[in-house]
Amino acid sequence: MSGQSAATLRKVTVAAPPTTRILSWGRYPKTAHARVYKPAWNDEVREILENAAPDSLLPYGLGRSYGDSCLNAGRGLIDCRRLNRILGFDESSGVVRCEGGVSLSAIIDVFLPKGWFLPVTPGTRFVTVGGAVANDVHGKNHHCAGTFGAHVRQIGLHRSDEGLVTCSPRENSDMLHATIGGLGLTGVIAWADIQLKRVSGPWIDADLVPFESLDSFLYLSRESDGRFEYTVAWLDCFSGRNLRGIFFRGNHAAGRVENVHRKRGPKVPFALPGWILNRYSVKAFNTAYYKLHARKKGATVLPYDSFFYPLDSIRQWNLLYGKHGFLQYQCVIPATNMDAIEELLERIARSGMGSFLGVLKQFGSAPPAGMLSFPRPGLTIALDFAMRGERTLHLMQSLDEVVQQSGGALYPAKDARMSPALFAASFPRWRSFVPYIDPKMSSSFWRRVTGAQ
Amino acid sequence: MIANRKKIVVLGATSGIAVEVERLLARQGHELLLIARSPQRLAELRADLLVRGSSNVLTYSADLASIQGHAAVFDFVRRSLPEYDTVLLAYGSMHDQNDSETSVDILLEELQVNFVSATAILTLFAADLEQRRTGCIAAITSVAGDRGRRSNYVYGSAKGALSLFLQGLRSRLYPAGVRVMTIKPGPVQTSMTDHMRHSARFADPEQVARDIVRALERRSPDILYTPKIWRYVMTAVEHIPETLFKRLSF
Repeated sequence: MSGQSAATLRKVTVAAPPTTRILSWGRYPKTAHARVYKPAWNDEVREILENAAPDSLLPYGLGRSYGDSCLNAGRGLIDCRRLNRILGFDESSGVVRCEGGVSLSAIIDVFLPKGWFLPVTPGTRFVTVGGAVANDVHGKNHHCAGTFGAHVRQIGLHRSDEGLVTCSPRENSDMLHATIGGLGLTGVIAWADIQLKRVSGPWIDADLVPFESLDSFLYLSRESDGRFEYTVAWLDCFSGRNLRGIFFRGNHAAGRVENVHRKRGPKVPFALPGWILNRYSVKAFNTAYYKLHARKKGATVLPYDSFFYPLDSIRQWNLLYGKHGFLQYQCVIPATNMDAIEELLERIARSGMGSFLGVLKQFGSAPPAGMLSFPRPGLTIALDFAMRGERTLHLMQSLDEVVQQSGGALYPAKDARMSPALFAASFPRWRSFVPYIDPKMSSSFWRRVTGAQ
Repeated sequence: MIANRKKIVVLGATSGIAVEVERLLARQGHELLLIARSPQRLAELRADLLVRGSSNVLTYSADLASIQGHAAVFDFVRRSLPEYDTVLLAYGSMHDQNDSETSVDILLEELQVNFVSATAILTLFAADLEQRRTGCIAAITSVAGDRGRRSNYVYGSAKGALSLFLQGLRSRLYPAGVRVMTIKPGPVQTSMTDHMRHSARFADPEQVARDIVRALERRSPDILYTPKIWRYVMTAVEHIPETLFKRLSF
């Protein structure tokens, strides 16, 4: 056979049989997808988009969204994890161009040894750049750096209708603002230019301060925001109105440059039986956690990964919640409405369903980087709840009332069940986002909260 | 590190396993010469490998399945990276087995890509390295080549034939001090296998790449099974009597 005819028979990009079920981080809801594409190159993305039916696809990254915003039940996903090339780096400005599937973890591995760090990082390093943009994620430095989207200089966006579109503040700026926080609905991110930040090394000067009331948390926040780049608090959600927790604050440590060696932590091997995390075990955990950290209070130098990503050290920690999965509840309450925070904590404590992952953080006043960005001035609180059916959903509905009355909002990246009314109250401008949705994109979340088809 | 910096030629540089191997090599600062079909993909890959630490990345776009182009490929390598010390052959093609049973064109293409063209290009490099009395030829075949199975014997026979070819080549180049390594991965999660049902036995390409790079750094083994468990699995599979084996449909 002559060599030439070989080329003519080459395969086109195929959809993988959806054998391994794709779930979000909360493992709820349990959905099935009709098709999962796994492009390894950007030219394949174009081909997939061209051949797709309207409203049939959604880009998917590392699946760290908790609810259904990264799912597309009964339809298709474009798994972007193989689109993970770093396309360029400008040493002088610190701007890196990455494909959408590059993980924040990979960026750290390549650039931290060169003295550059992420401008904003969420509580896990296992998210993709595309996911960080699509959810406009925030971190412990929101009060001084804003969201991830604020550090995106330019995006190359695959659109099914217009091809590859460059979006920057000068060019297609409205599409840039729609894509930041746009939940993957505006197209597939081919590449994004991210402004990295110069740091002196991989260590953090951290300071741990126990607190025993909401007022003292607020005081600590106010007092720390000017002096510390990173602030966040862990809270014991069984403490109700007698709030207690640990306030973590830190800055990049100047002068300490020796390498941090990443340890491969333990892994939760399978979904644990649901009864392991019950109100008594979690309460005991919370008390122990509080006492342990209260004893360690004061200044300490930590490797960056244990400061930013304590949970990443336990691989697949989401399996701790058992086969029914869990829900995370993350809301923001306007600063003028602190009573609402106490009411939320009261309701959670009364339900006895709290978790060991309560997080409290004061957002800064940076203007939103995207049309549907979640962070806004106020106090954000995030809590996990094991999925125990109606009981859990009822509790969350009762929390919704408090959030809605206070003029607050819920975070789509964490949500699997908010009502269309609460979504509209949280994102009053959502209708002006609709024209930017790619005609071939849709998601389980979007259909649920807007009634789109 | 500069003292033992390698110069590596990768044939089929954009394949799923090759990309991961190149990343690990780039991190160690090695020089790479990449050959693959798509200039666009080569450019993207090159950028990535430079950021990750490779000291030099050259690219050349060619369809290696077409033997007519081999002389130009070889010529480019000799001109632009004459001191290359390692050749890694990483391209391959796997159609659905059913298609190779019903279409002779697809059957022949499978043999052309995986076996015929591979032996042709390796013959050029073998002569050069034999004369220079140095270097290493490594080629990715497959555990599928260890025994003809119902579910993929066409792909398997092409890869198995390539393994045999490498075995002979190893013996020929041994006196010249040229190493020939046969790499036999089990099933790996890459674009090549996306049409199959992935299961837990499909390895992560990163893990396979780590094994390959570690083996390239050493003088042994001659035949690398990756992940390692496949060495034992295939030993067992090879010992099943044919009368029984022909009744199995896996």
